[in-house]
Parts: sequence; C-alpha cells; structure tokens
Amino acid sequence: MVYAGMFYVAALVLVIGLAFKVLDYSRTPAPLKIPTTPAPTTRSGVMYRMAKEVVVFESLFKSNKWIWVFGWLFHFGMFLVLARHLRYFTEPVWLWVNIIQPFGKYASLMMVIGLAGLLARRFLVDRVRYISTPSDILMLVLLIAIGLSGMMMTFVVHTDIVSLKAFFMGLMYLDIQPLPQDPILMVHLALVALLMLIFPISKLLHAPGVFFSPTRNQVDNPREQRHLAKWAARLDQKN
Amino acid sequence: MAAPVFDVPEIKDEIEVPKLQEGAMAHIKTFPAPKATQDFMGYPHELGEDWKERAIDKMGDLLGKYRSLKVFLDACVHCGACTDKCHYYLGTSDPKNMPVARQDLMRQVYRRYFTTAGKLFPKLVGAKDLTQDILGDWYNYYHQCSECRRCSVFCPYGIDTAEITMAGREILNHVGMGQKYSNDILGKVQKIGNNLGLPGPALLDTLEGLEEDVEADTGVAVKLPLDVVGAEVLLITPSADFFSEPHVESLVGYAKVFHAAGISWTLSSYASEAGNFGLFNGNYETMRNVAMRIRDEALRLGAKRIVVGECGHAWRVAYSFWNTLTGIGYGGNDPFSIELQKQLDPAYPQPQHICELTNDLIKSGKIKVDPSANDDLVVTFHDSCNVARGSRMGTEPGGQFTIPRELIKSVVNNFHDMADETIGEATFCCGGGGGVLTDDLLEVRVKGALPRVTALNNVVKEQQVNFLALICAICKAQFTKVLPRYGFDMSMVGGVHQLVSKAIKLDTNP
Repeated sequence: MVYAGMFYVAALVLVIGLAFKVLDYSRTPAPLKIPTTPAPTTRSGVMYRMAKEVVVFESLFKSNKWIWVFGWLFHFGMFLVLARHLRYFTEPVWLWVNIIQPFGKYASLMMVIGLAGLLARRFLVDRVRYISTPSDILMLVLLIAIGLSGMMMTFVVHTDIVSLKAFFMGLMYLDIQPLPQDPILMVHLALVALLMLIFPISKLLHAPGVFFSPTRNQVDNPREQRHLAKWAARLDQKN
Repeated sequence: MAAPVFDVPEIKDEIEVPKLQEGAMAHIKTFPAPKATQDFMGYPHELGEDWKERAIDKMGDLLGKYRSLKVFLDACVHCGACTDKCHYYLGTSDPKNMPVARQDLMRQVYRRYFTTAGKLFPKLVGAKDLTQDILGDWYNYYHQCSECRRCSVFCPYGIDTAEITMAGREILNHVGMGQKYSNDILGKVQKIGNNLGLPGPALLDTLEGLEEDVEADTGVAVKLPLDVVGAEVLLITPSADFFSEPHVESLVGYAKVFHAAGISWTLSSYASEAGNFGLFNGNYETMRNVAMRIRDEALRLGAKRIVVGECGHAWRVAYSFWNTLTGIGYGGNDPFSIELQKQLDPAYPQPQHICELTNDLIKSGKIKVDPSANDDLVVTFHDSCNVARGSRMGTEPGGQFTIPRELIKSVVNNFHDMADETIGEATFCCGGGGGVLTDDLLEVRVKGALPRVTALNNVVKEQQVNFLALICAICKAQFTKVLPRYGFDMSMVGGVHQLVSKAIKLDTNP
C-alpha cells in the first residue's frame, strides 16, 4: 500500500502547494500598470489575450517557430492524454472522455515527440545550452519517461486496467484496493507522483504563473482609471 | 579619461543571431555614484559589512511589493524564446545579455534564499549564494539593459526583464552600488527641476533667445511662455529640448503648433523635465517624487490640460503611471486625485502626447500644413521602445504606432517604414535607453544600436531614406552620437515635430 500512501501525499502536496502559491501571487500587489502594449483596453479583451496565450501560445509563436511547434505538441498532447486518463477516475466514464479516447492514445506520441524536440534543443542550440540547468534537462527526461512508460502499456504490454481503475476509484472513495504488480505500471505511477510532488516548487509554476503575469493580465486603461496598490496609497496621505 | 577603445560592429544585410562569446562584455563598468549623490538619494555609497543581509532583505521587500517580480522569477522555464531578442545580445554576443541569462543573475539568488528547491538542491536548479562576484555581475549586466521590454513581447509568460533589471538596480543602490549617471540626474531633477540642472533664469534666457530666432526665421512672433498662471496647457517636455540639437527643433515645432492653433500654453521652470529616471532605478517613491513636481505645478498654474513632449520613457511614465503616482488622469475617487482631476478639462485625454494633440489639430483642419516643405527628405520612423511597448496614444490599442505615422505622413510626402520585424511592438531600442545614455557605457550603446542601424541601413540603401524621425530625447541623443560611428551623418536624425515645424503654416491663423 506504499503507492496508496504515496498518491495521497503527492496529491496533498500538489493541491496545498499550488493553493499556497496561487494565494501568494494573488495577495502580492501589482502597484503599477505594466501591460506589454499594444494591450486590450477592456477586461474581456484581456481574457481573449490570455486565452490565446494559454491555448495557442501566441507570444511563443511570434518568437520562435521551433520552440512553438515542440512546446505546443507537448502541451496539447499532454492535455489530451490527461483527459483520456479521466476514464480511470470516473464511473460511468463521461461521454466526451470516451469520444477523445482514440485521440488521447495517439496524443502520447505528440507529447513525447514535442518533449524530445525540446530536449534536443537543450543540447543543440548554443544559447539554450547556456541557460539550461540540470533540473531543466531532468524535468524533460522525467516527462519523457512518464510518456514512454505509459505508451508501453498502451501499445506494447497491456496492464490490468480493470484492477488499476479499482485502485484509483478506491483511493478516491477511501477504500484502498490492491495495485496490479506490473513493473511498468509501477514505474509510470511512481514518476507521476514525483512530478506531482515537485510541481509546486519548480518551474512548473509557469502554469499558474502565466495567469498572474501583469504584462499579460492587465487592462490598458491607465488614463481612465486610477490604479493604486494599498502600500502605495499610503504615500498619498502625506500630501 | 581616454576614449574607450572597441571595434564598431560591421553592418550586415540582415540582423544576425551571433554565436555566444562568454565574457565579451565582462569588462564594462559604468561609473559608480559618488558619496554626495548617494547621500542625497538616501543610499550608502560603498558596501558595508552587512551588505549581504541588506541585499537579501531588499529583495524580500520587493518580492512582497511587486507581483511582477515574484511571478517572473518563478515562471521562467528556460525555453529560450527570448535568447535572440535583446539588441545588446545581438550586438555584443555576450550570453549574459540574453534576457533569460540577465534574469538568471537574480533568479539564481532568489532560488537560493526564497525557494524550497533552491534551499534543498541548489546545484540541481542553478541556485547560488549571493557573493560579491554575483553582485559585480549585477552591476555590470543590469547596466547593459535598457529596460526596453522587447523580450517581454516574445516571452510565453510575458516575463519582462525590465522589471528584474529595475529590482536589481534598486538592490544595488541599497547596498551602496549606485550608478553615477542615473543617480546624479535624479539628484538634479529633484533639487532643480530638470535632468540637465538648468535653473529657471537660464531657461528663461534660452526661451527668449529661441523666440528671437523663430521670429527672425519666420517673421511671426511665436512665443515660448514660461511659468504662466492660467495657461490652458502645461507642456512637460524633456529638458534636452531646451538645449540639445536636434531636440530644440522639436520644441520650436510644439511652439508653432500652439501658436497656429491659438492654444494658450506654458512651460514650467519648477517642473521642467518630462523624463523620470526613477523608472530606471525601480524605486516607486523616487519615481513618484519626480512626478509630483508636475502635479504640484499643474495645481499652482491652474492648467486644464497636461501635454507631454517627445520623450519615450517619459511618455511611458506619463501615460501608464502618472495617474497612479500623482492623480494626473481620470477616474480617481480619493481626495488626493480629485483635487487635481476636477481642474482638468475632460474634453481631452490627460496626460496627452504632443503627437496626439498635433495630429488631431491637423485632421480637424485647425492647423494647416504644407508637406512639400519637407520634399528634400525621405523619412523613416523609429518606434521608441517605451512608447511602443509601455504606452498607447489615441483610443485604440496600437495608436502609438499609427498616430505618429499619420502625423509624419501629413507633413512629409516621402515616407518608408523599416522592416516589419524591427518596428511596432517588435521595435529595437536605440541602444541608449534605461539609464545607459552615458559615455562610460559608449561601447554598450554603439554595439546595442546594431540591430536598429542594420534595419535603417537597408531603407537608406533601398529607399534612399535620409531622415530618421524620432519621438524620444534619449533616442535623439543616442543616434546623433552613435550613427556617425557607423558612417551615417548625424544630421539625418530629428524629431517628428522638427518635420511639423518646417511644414506648418503660421499665417493662416494669426
């Protein structure tokens, strides 16, 4: 039952760690209007800008087509793969999860290809090699290992999906069930738990961070609205 | 001291991304601020025994006050999107001039002292203890950033290296490592009222001299009023406009516009500076103190409109921050801002850029221009970085690009833009912004200008462009100094209102 405990801890760290970070970001004031202009002049415009940033990586597209292709393949592939995995946590399985099931299976290929491209850039492009730290490389290796071990089970050696689902449903309803003793599955799950554990203390914080980025989430209306942080408002009292 | 010796880069046909040359700019050290300057600013002038604690404390203080800093230090994934976007990297090949590497100079320390991963596994995540060597790197490379925000356009999380540079300089100031150029200026503007340190009488004398020149030249008595209580417009312009060439030609242009439109206006000797170097140093209070002179003067003179002359970072501060810092703007619901805002004329944006004002007057027919007066010129326009990526003109996003171009095209017949990837939001900084416009950083300035000069060179060769129109005092000073190094004539540089000045008809509305 090591795995059950491991997933409880990992889930707790992930949720509490992220909640703490999100709270911390939201409580830290942004005293000045610093949207990167041209910027939307309305709230809905900002939501559209943010949506483009999160869904199609607009700024990255402007910047570098190679990073964009690999980055987007990886993220969109991962999104489909994660969505497909919902079938192990829902009973009955939601209709849309069933619909994307075949796409989700092959999306793993997108994900791993994207990750491999990003990893290759860390060695092949001198500028990216210069800025890469060991954790940058290990993070990609970790994600690739998760992807490959998952693909092994999807495409090569099937695991006991029925028991696996029973294990996770059991975790969710506090009714611990045995995990199938399949080495590939155990590697896959251990790596996923590791990823969950390091999420809130690593650069994976870019996921919540982007929503709090003042250059992207601020409305361009400084002449029309007085924008004032609490700590800065105190200065007005002295005048 | 002897002029610094360095090779001016060769202009290629295209802007090329260079191979890394580690340490290529490691020898750069901008002059440190002397004791008197640091004393006035309330900073130490040398490292004390407790410098490390002071630095970390200040970083913690800033992390609590600026969400930008906190999010930007956390969110970077080292993807590399920004690595070829900085003009200083493109011009110097020094990897520490890549935006992400410049940020990492601070991020390595942030991770060590403020993050779990960096406390537990420093080597793994590239976290490092703060040392004097790192502080030296900060001093070096945070003064090779012009805070132009080009990197922030291309970052998938919008990370703006300017925010990191500002925080870095603020921390450096707090441990006693201020920059002479910026801090001297911040002293002068707070004591005398402008960055050049011109006292009121000298200013008055200059303006009277200009009035005589303009009258001799045009036969029309165009005035340059100073400290006039009750004038409708208070014009805030960079002090370089009073003395430097080609800046002063634009000042004459503003005066002719007000004259032709029949708008009463005044300059101020107390608030005789649009520039605000507080922005560059990342100190909110300093930036506010500098801007407060303008609010105080607007209240004293009873101005109904506040108009800003040609200056890039000044327009960013005016457009984006004045309302926050001083209440110059609209929408305030507190006594401090209402006191000023009830005095301002709601028919106009506050503050208003001089290009917005002039363009509106021409479009509505209130002033007449003859573009053929500029037929000897083939003009291109350089989008100033702070205007392009830190502000707006008009009511639509991107007005900061269309309005100056509209204005230029109404006063000249021959206009060609430079390559798309070098203008608009992707414009390259002139290389002298953000507190870098000093001779002790001349090598940084010359090399940093390379991408802009490359794009300029192409329109000079292909479109016979012979005039580079600007809306920034720093751009004007930078290009007049740096373009000759690349073999261009410095007289090809001038303000947009220099063009207006030549084309405007003064006799139509006496």
